[in-house]
Amino acid sequence: MTTTSAPPPPGPILETSTAPADARRVEQLKPDLLLSPEHHMCPGCGEPLVLRLFLEAIEELGLATRSIAVVGIGCYTSFSGSMDVDLVQALHGRAPSVATGVKRMLPDSIVFTLQGDGDMVNEGLQEVIHTAARGEKVTCILLNNGVFGETGGHMTATSVIGQRTKNTLDGRDADYHGYPILIGDLIAQLEGAAYVARGSVHNAGAVARTKKMFRRAFETQARGDGFTFVEVLTMCPTGWFIPTVEGPGYLHDTLGEVHIMGELKVDGVVHTTEQLHAENAARAAEMEAKLAAGGIDA
Amino acid sequence: MSAVSGHVVKTRGTVTIDVETCKGCELCIPACPPKVLTMSTAVNRKGYRYPELHPGCTGCAACLMVCPDFCFEVFRFNTPRELEVEVTS
Amino acid sequence: MSTTTVDAPGIAVTERRLMEGSEALVRASIVAGCRFFAGYPMTPFTEVLEHFARLLPEVGGVCINAESELEAVGMAWGALSTGARAATGSTGQGLSLMQESFSEITVAELPLVIFNMARGQQDYFQATRGGGHGDYRHIVLAPQDAQEGIELVQLAFHLADKWRNPVLIYGDYLLAHVQEAVTVERIDFPELPPKDWAVDGSRTGSGLSGTVTSLGVGKIGQFEFGQEGKYQYIATKMPLMEREVRVETGYLDDAETVVVAFGTPAKFVKYAIKQLRADGHRVGYVRPITLWPFPYDAVREAAAGARRVGSFEMSGGQMIDDVRIGAAGQAPVHFIGGVSTDQSGFGVGRMLDVVDVTARILALHEGGEQPPVPGYETYGYRIQPHQMEATR
Repeated sequence: MTTTSAPPPPGPILETSTAPADARRVEQLKPDLLLSPEHHMCPGCGEPLVLRLFLEAIEELGLATRSIAVVGIGCYTSFSGSMDVDLVQALHGRAPSVATGVKRMLPDSIVFTLQGDGDMVNEGLQEVIHTAARGEKVTCILLNNGVFGETGGHMTATSVIGQRTKNTLDGRDADYHGYPILIGDLIAQLEGAAYVARGSVHNAGAVARTKKMFRRAFETQARGDGFTFVEVLTMCPTGWFIPTVEGPGYLHDTLGEVHIMGELKVDGVVHTTEQLHAENAARAAEMEAKLAAGGIDA
Repeated sequence: MSAVSGHVVKTRGTVTIDVETCKGCELCIPACPPKVLTMSTAVNRKGYRYPELHPGCTGCAACLMVCPDFCFEVFRFNTPRELEVEVTS
Repeated sequence: MSTTTVDAPGIAVTERRLMEGSEALVRASIVAGCRFFAGYPMTPFTEVLEHFARLLPEVGGVCINAESELEAVGMAWGALSTGARAATGSTGQGLSLMQESFSEITVAELPLVIFNMARGQQDYFQATRGGGHGDYRHIVLAPQDAQEGIELVQLAFHLADKWRNPVLIYGDYLLAHVQEAVTVERIDFPELPPKDWAVDGSRTGSGLSGTVTSLGVGKIGQFEFGQEGKYQYIATKMPLMEREVRVETGYLDDAETVVVAFGTPAKFVKYAIKQLRADGHRVGYVRPITLWPFPYDAVREAAAGARRVGSFEMSGGQMIDDVRIGAAGQAPVHFIGGVSTDQSGFGVGRMLDVVDVTARILALHEGGEQPPVPGYETYGYRIQPHQMEATR
């Protein structure tokens, strides 16, 4: 008999419909602030992964009864029904100004926006930049999948060169369609922005790093330090016209090569691309090792 | 001629899987570090195949972290189990 | 969230003081409890923004110079969602930018007060028909001067909260910039229910968190309109607001000629009619104070006893549509106004002069030709040969 450290060949299928008696639960099904795990997102969509992260962060930091969400227009708009958060629905692109009005009237609240890249970087580019420049003490959350998902997969300002969408069928061409806007990097340049980070949900390690970014963003807002921004690269296999299982790989290899993951600005210091790459390499290895050893927080 | 041998797989954790909520995206399969998840052959009420668990789970929760449909709950056994696994080679 | 009128020391003015109309409207807003304003500079609205910027902080309120009109209305939207009394404004062009938000704010049932310091009276359609999409109505109040403005602004904040519907104050260059001796004192209105629809974070995590939305969605487990249901709800609510109609009439008992006019030009019309009456002419007037709901009944009654009705407007003729509907064929309706602004297009034109206004009313009354509108002869469009025949 041998105990094995390499991945074992598949053994018998185990019973997974009821919780085991002689075990402790280490991760619950869903955040307490989520009324239902059911949603209408496509199989393989990255957005619900982000929903879990920021709702957990708010709960863990004890900020729930101060929190107000301002939701934009996109696939994620339907989360408004299942988020147990006091909520204002805004128009496409307009969430940052609405968030400004809410926060100015209720300075002790925690206000965050939830927007997609079409919403924030196309329709509402002016809003998010001015809100950041003014240092409004809100957190803008960007779900960046490089497409207008809800309308069927069209080019946005964050789509990368070569990306095929319904209106760039031969791939985004720099001459004809111009270049993507790296919104996180742009906002990091503004003095009013206190904490700017770009996460990703292409694998568990990235998910874990992104959770920490949300915690830091909300902590920064709670301290009253200025504008905070968390962009998260998410999969959209439907809008990318690829099989669902290829989503994470496509995310990492296309969007992820242009919009670089990492903490773009912390404590007033903007990190360089070289620093981000180095950090990403180190953390990817670290996360992989932790997961193999039994868990991020094992 | 095939031979059947057995070995023990240490299983530190387990999961519950809400198979009816699963949309068959299969992201949990490659995400699992010990590779103990495989997709079923049966389908759920919505017509999707869903993940099934094999011995060797570490309770790392990677599957939960990448699942867009909140299908998983993750547990760690008070005492790790040793499960006998038969292999046909 | 407390939104009823709050004492605003230093804002109210109990002894008559000379101040420009913009300042009067702003002081009235603040004594009505307005604690948030966002706007973008644009003539002739800019001074409203300036006065809010100066006075709101004195009462702990917030005034933001937004990066465009589009963000200004968005910020007011957010402030309103928390239950605060909030306003925005601009001139017609700036309000054009805000139209999508106006439509949605109405369906979300937020009590926004909107200032249009218009460049004339040509924003009547925009104000009463709405430039936004969908079925919605805003109550529109058109003050004739600053003192009435002070009353109507306070009424606006009350009606907005009463109906959970935007209310628009239709002002203009003259109202904004002329200085009048006024007092600004708080008017008491009947008490309203608390704003339990507002959100402030306190219900997050309770299972009963709130939603402020135009989309008709609700939280799982709570009542939901759905989008169709919400639109139907709004459509059935609109006619109920028609009871808020307000109008001023004068000299109608034996009037042969009735003139309908609103806003600051109406004051010129009233003065002209008073003079004409002194000379024995049987003329009277109807001054809509609410442009929506329009006082159709008052116009119909006046038209029933008259020989002719004139619509005096500083525009190409927009209110005349409502005058025609109101007159309902009881008497013929004629346009006796015209486009007249200053050289810049922002302000008051040559036609707004008692002599000119009197001449127009008299011409209508005596069946003569309308005097030419100053400038039409020089700048009037000359139809071209290819436009002569209708296209079939």
